[in-house]
Amino acid sequence: MSGVRVLAGTRKGAFILTSDAKREKWDVSGPHFAGWEIYHLKGSLADPNRLYASQTSGWFGQIIQRSDDGGKTWHQPGTPPGEPTTTPDGMPKGESNKFVYDTSPETGAPLTTHQFYDGTPRPWEFKRVWHLEPSLTDPDTVYAGVEDAALFRSTDGGQTWQELAGLRGHGSGPNWQPGAGGMCLHTILLDPSDPNRIFIAISAAGAFRTDDAGKTWQPINRGLYSQYIPDPTAEVGHCVHRIAMHPSRPGVLFMQKHWDVLRTDDAGESWHEISGNLPTDFGFVIDVHAHEPETIYVVPIKSDSEHYPPDGKLRVYRSRTGGNEWEALTKGLPQSDCYVNVLRDAMAVDSLDSCGVYFGTTGGQVYASADAGDSWAPIVRDLPPVLSVEVQVLK
Amino acid sequence: MIRVQLPYHLRTLAKVDDEATVEVHGQVTMRSVLDALESRYPMLRGTIRDHATGQRRPFLRFFACGEDLSHEPVDAPLPDVVATGAEPLVVLGAIAGG
Repeated sequence: MSGVRVLAGTRKGAFILTSDAKREKWDVSGPHFAGWEIYHLKGSLADPNRLYASQTSGWFGQIIQRSDDGGKTWHQPGTPPGEPTTTPDGMPKGESNKFVYDTSPETGAPLTTHQFYDGTPRPWEFKRVWHLEPSLTDPDTVYAGVEDAALFRSTDGGQTWQELAGLRGHGSGPNWQPGAGGMCLHTILLDPSDPNRIFIAISAAGAFRTDDAGKTWQPINRGLYSQYIPDPTAEVGHCVHRIAMHPSRPGVLFMQKHWDVLRTDDAGESWHEISGNLPTDFGFVIDVHAHEPETIYVVPIKSDSEHYPPDGKLRVYRSRTGGNEWEALTKGLPQSDCYVNVLRDAMAVDSLDSCGVYFGTTGGQVYASADAGDSWAPIVRDLPPVLSVEVQVLK
Repeated sequence: MIRVQLPYHLRTLAKVDDEATVEVHGQVTMRSVLDALESRYPMLRGTIRDHATGQRRPFLRFFACGEDLSHEPVDAPLPDVVATGAEPLVVLGAIAGG
């Protein structure tokens, strides 16, 4: 019998929530890596027992953890004891925790500056991994979106990481700036129909696409309008919060921007707004139904300073028409005095026949719907603030 | 044998219950002790010193014999009592909330 495994990253550790296909009764495992921020953990489609986790800390930096048994045990890949620890020039020798921007003349890009909040230039400085995206076909290949914004890839199961420096070297980097959470690369979408095509998004730079497996990139922000930047239609500088794709239609993308919900039908060449009748078009998450490519979900948030739902009512909004026409989904969700947020990586869908939808809140709840959003119930109510939610279907 | 006291989360990572211990061949300096520590406990690489710069992480400090050694040159000899194991080198995490 099939089941599901929900992977929740929180401010104080990772939790693994499992259920059978009914998705009514849940087992909770955790906290894993107690006390550490787990920005994201995600399993490989090619090998569901292969999980990657980003364990991070303002004190101790970045750790990459890997599980080969579905989260029962974890290890840092590729850290054999006894080897020299420093390079000839005295730098600590990397392994799985090493994310160093590629500045080599052959493959890299110079470390220039990006904009700080006040517009002054700041040098690029690695801070943490926000998002891990395993390859669709190879369990040992995984991408990492990091702060300060850049894209890294490992092809040896997370033992070593190399930057795809063409993105940072695109030339627009001096105009990128941090969002409130930092200058992070938070979304990585791999095109199932074209291994050379990847979409990424950065706060606050915008969306980018490569068609040559990461060598070169182009910004894909035409149609975005952001009042909070000097040129509201600029090529870069937009605070994109999240992009979602249905695997059967990789040229159609849905975007939750800082304000505005948008879609593109031509792989990002042009976007148009689909906010329609949403009570507010600010928010962080957006996702697509597993079997209905025109059914999408968002969680409207009141504003960019009031990071909670309008009227204290936690409502998921669903559009079955690819946007513009939205219905509030409230059954089982708190409809009074609710002031949590739902962060950008904290929604996921499963691919069971009746599509499951999941999201986590900054109040520590992880909600699940086994009927595509019609009704909801909390899996857990009292975790630390939830940073990310992923789900796997287990056969 | 040189003794190193680590913050709780680094002890968990390194899977040591109490103090970490390392052997250093040659001069005992902050660099040689940290090299030895990261060699014996490779999971600590990058957690005490930044990968890109080699610099001590800003929320960590180094102490021995009640003295703050955080800003001493990394190749300066550590006190003899640290080199002999009579006193530990203390890696201390900032009390900074969170």
